[in-house]
Amino acid sequence: MFPTPIEKKSRSYQMAYQGLLPVVLVMWLLPLIAVAVFSIRPDSDFTNGNYWGVPSSFNFFENYGKVFFESDMPRYLLNSVFITVPTVLGTIALSSMTGFALGIYKFKGNLLIFFMFIAGNFVPFQILMVPVRDLTVNMNLYDTKTGLILFHIAFQTGFCTLFMRNFIRALPFPLIEAARVEGVREWQIFLYVVLPLMKPALAALAVLIFTFIWNDYFWAVVLTQGPDAQPVTAGITAFNSQYRAAYHLMSAGSIVAALPPVLMFFLMQKHFIAGLTLGAVK
Amino acid sequence: MSTPVPQDRSWYRRNEIAITPWLFLIPGIAFFALYVIMPIFQSFWISFHEWDGLGEKTWVGTAHYERLFGVGDQNIDRKFEVSFWNNLKWLVLYLLAIPMGLFIALFLNQTVRGIRLYKSLFFFPFVISQVVVGLVFSWFYLPREGLLNAILGFFNLGSINILGDPTMATYGIIAAGLWPQTAYCMILYLTGLNAVDPEQVEAARLDGAKGHKMLWYVILPQLKPATFIAFVVTIIGALRSFDLISIMTNGGPFGSTRVLSFYMFEESLSEFGFRMGYGSAIATVLFFIMLGFIVYFLYSMWREEKEAR
Repeated sequence: MFPTPIEKKSRSYQMAYQGLLPVVLVMWLLPLIAVAVFSIRPDSDFTNGNYWGVPSSFNFFENYGKVFFESDMPRYLLNSVFITVPTVLGTIALSSMTGFALGIYKFKGNLLIFFMFIAGNFVPFQILMVPVRDLTVNMNLYDTKTGLILFHIAFQTGFCTLFMRNFIRALPFPLIEAARVEGVREWQIFLYVVLPLMKPALAALAVLIFTFIWNDYFWAVVLTQGPDAQPVTAGITAFNSQYRAAYHLMSAGSIVAALPPVLMFFLMQKHFIAGLTLGAVK
Repeated sequence: MSTPVPQDRSWYRRNEIAITPWLFLIPGIAFFALYVIMPIFQSFWISFHEWDGLGEKTWVGTAHYERLFGVGDQNIDRKFEVSFWNNLKWLVLYLLAIPMGLFIALFLNQTVRGIRLYKSLFFFPFVISQVVVGLVFSWFYLPREGLLNAILGFFNLGSINILGDPTMATYGIIAAGLWPQTAYCMILYLTGLNAVDPEQVEAARLDGAKGHKMLWYVILPQLKPATFIAFVVTIIGALRSFDLISIMTNGGPFGSTRVLSFYMFEESLSEFGFRMGYGSAIATVLFFIMLGFIVYFLYSMWREEKEAR
């Protein structure tokens, strides 16, 4: 193991390390801690210039209550859910199929198609922006959740195909050959042999795509406009102009907007990290 | 999942293995072609036109590109020039996330109590949306209310207004971007360090290698796959920077924080009328900058595929 395990060092060295850990962590998360403190301060602290002293009262419920009951925030949050969940399902459906086709079968053009998916995944969003916006307008889907979902599904399929294909490649191929010998049809192999083995990959992709889509901002401002369809990342700017300079409310609002992926991450940490670090180890 | 019902059952059964992959690929390829592949070429096409997004497109040839680069007697588009140099700053400085991530990973690669929670807490800036990261940092930098100036004031170091100063604003935004990006590189390296071959490390130790020598000659070569991925995601992330700029400065002050992706958006959907042709020309330039990296990435992956066979 590298660096040398701390247990092999002197006692004082170990103590220093244990003491340093929380200090470094606080420094690392300092901007976030600042926002968390802001979000429980009362309004009066800001007018009195008490930005960094002890909060004069604990206004957690007042501030977060305002976010949930006196603003459009819940609508935006709900929009985010209705955009994110269908995207996750659609992407996984499409990419488990493409991943299966590219991972199991040998045919001409296999690698070429695979590399098309990877390459498309790397392009800058701006090269797609004008035509995709135009396409969405022409389909009468501008400023709808559906318009956003369709694009997200298509774009995320690139990354997910890469992931699924590599995962399926690592499955034991004799299993499939044995099924074929038994006379199992190809689509049944997909459904009953491969799909059950892909559960970890499906879970990893689900949390990853959830986070990516929840956090998307660019496409939200390109393809949607108002509180009917906009997800929370775009809605937060409207929220902030409603509460201009009310830092306690803006802080509470952004914490609420950031929370769902954070919860997702802490709940499904193992899958999340397995997905993100795919390929980091040979 | 619908299975095709072929008219000629035996023919389908005979060719099942050849046909099935295509049936599974069709929906994915159709979607991807419609929304990703075709738009790239459509953007090239639009960049040779004047277009407001609604009416007829007017062919203008390479006029947009000539205006961007200042061909002939016109001057180079100043906004474009600023954006381009800012993109370079992003590219170079964003790569700092890789050594910083490695450094934190080495710091955290221990087995003391509670280390798992520490690792997750160090990682979690990456999970937060860039919009919120942008907000968090713009409040952190605030000249009056911000924590940064409160700390500087505590040490009697005066105060700075990072986002209000054209010479510093871009660096301030890049610093905000480095925060989640470093976390990502850290997690890649932690995973990589986990898989380092202990026998090699022990053997090197017996040979007297330690410290930075061990890191450079024994550990880093084994971390190569992690470094490659960190490099790919960091380059892509640097060239995709848009959210932070839009949230933190909206291109200002005095247009000093624009990058190509932001300038393109501004031109295409500007309040003074949509200039989609000019925007597409900027996007095309950005695309070709990116293409250089994409080709390199794909070439590396391709070589690996060939070796794996």
